[in-house]
Amino acid sequence: MWYALVDCNNFYASCEKVCNPALAKRPVVVLSNNDGNVIARCALAKALGIAMGAPFHQCKEIIARHNVAVFSSNYALYGDMSRRVMETLATCAPYVEVYSIDEAFLLCDVPLAEATDYALQVKRRVMQWTGIPVSVGMGATKTLAKLANHIAKKRTQSGVFILAGDSYCQSLLETIDIAEVWGIGSRYARMLRQYGICNVWQLIHADDSFIKKTMTLIGLRTVYELRGIPCIQWEDAPPPKKAIVSSRSFGSPVTEHRHLEEAAAHYSAIAASKLRRQQGAAGAVTVFVSTNPFKDEPQYSSSATVVLNMHSAYTPDIIAAAHTALWSIYRQGYRYKKVGIMLTDIVPSQELSPTLFTCMNNYEKRYRLMQALDSVNRQHGRGAVYFASEGAVKPWAMRRRYLSPRYTTHWDEIPVVT
Amino acid sequence: MAVQVIAYQLLSLQAPLYLMAIKAGFPSPADDYVEKTLDLHEHLIRHPAATFFVRVSGDSMAPLIAHGDILVVDRALTPHSGSIVIAAVNGELTVKRLVEQNGSSMLVADNDAYQPIALTPQVDCTLWGVVVHIIRTVV
Repeated sequence: MWYALVDCNNFYASCEKVCNPALAKRPVVVLSNNDGNVIARCALAKALGIAMGAPFHQCKEIIARHNVAVFSSNYALYGDMSRRVMETLATCAPYVEVYSIDEAFLLCDVPLAEATDYALQVKRRVMQWTGIPVSVGMGATKTLAKLANHIAKKRTQSGVFILAGDSYCQSLLETIDIAEVWGIGSRYARMLRQYGICNVWQLIHADDSFIKKTMTLIGLRTVYELRGIPCIQWEDAPPPKKAIVSSRSFGSPVTEHRHLEEAAAHYSAIAASKLRRQQGAAGAVTVFVSTNPFKDEPQYSSSATVVLNMHSAYTPDIIAAAHTALWSIYRQGYRYKKVGIMLTDIVPSQELSPTLFTCMNNYEKRYRLMQALDSVNRQHGRGAVYFASEGAVKPWAMRRRYLSPRYTTHWDEIPVVT
Repeated sequence: MAVQVIAYQLLSLQAPLYLMAIKAGFPSPADDYVEKTLDLHEHLIRHPAATFFVRVSGDSMAPLIAHGDILVVDRALTPHSGSIVIAAVNGELTVKRLVEQNGSSMLVADNDAYQPIALTPQVDCTLWGVVVHIIRTVV
């Protein structure tokens, strides 16, 4: 059995190119929320020297000079393209573990001699079906697959690499820095270097008791994985989240309580719909607010938590609790940059025992109302139906000036062909 | 508190009663014939991960394909000569018929008013997907 790690190359930038072939030969960058920083760059943009995380306003000159295409984050598009990539991978292997929006582990059963062909086939199929370029790394463990993917990206033309057999050797592993190993953070890397362990080959041959003493059992598990002994569990589905956070920075600072209230209601509604999607109910609602710490102006940040009488996934309950919390922490005279909602004490909603209180509250009716709300918003786009308390104009909403069409999730925005 | 417990018991009593009624009864002769409603997705889409919808602008494929039609495009299929394809030509998506003749390929419009595009290495062209259905609203 083999693990393969499939990682999409420059995922957000690649998504922008799929339905817009005019971008094929243009450098593309994608900006973070509020168009603040560069969070994705295609290969051409990287070659121009635009750095990951660079503030947008600092790149404006290079962007103009090289006709770089700029996009705000289009999460509707990226989410749908991610689904397509994962579904395509599911046709290539018996088990797929989605690791992040643009990475998945596959469990595959091919002989070593055919591993390269298999990896190339996976890469070709994802490219043909979805238009997204990927790199494939394979190894006997997840940690080796992840390392193989790193090598595939940095050192091969083909974009695939099998870290096994002849390639699992001193001459290669000696050239890879320990910081590239999955699970070795920069702190451990610095510590290991002090003991003379700088490359992967040295780490593989380090003394077990030394590793356990300095990096605990978790570090030892990583070293075992590097030696080809699988220690990291297979997770079919990511566990339900213990907390759900919904928060954004404002496009421009907010001073009025009314606007904070609208934003809190809006993020409550988003968090509540996420909660229902994982079939959960929350027992507590936390609200946090903060000013912009990077501005030279009066600073304030605070948070408050309201514990609900009973677990709920009903949006009006969440909004009401959020407003109560907000009232308790709001101070006049500050320019707020951010408000966020966190739902905690999440339990599976089917585990809730019905009480008289739930019957009195028309539990069934409320449940059906939320179902209807979610299905309308799923079909017509988030925000098709919303609560009046979220506000209609949303003057505080984030800036997304360079948003591309939602090519694959909205009928009005599908690609046009001539 | 006491009231809550009674309510809980009442609710939980309902479920076993309901289950027993089902178990004791004869299976309905209609059970085998329970039909679901027809789902157009199932009919039109063979590879959901690879299927995209696009909208047509212009009349280059008239009369078969009209301005405003929605095309169902499957990227998992390999085009052959005669396939209607979506291609990216000079940075634009276009719908044309792929024609392979004597070892060379071209994109041909069904409408005679448009010139065929020969697919030579000099032409910036990538095949993007194969058109599998045409959706037209007629009212």
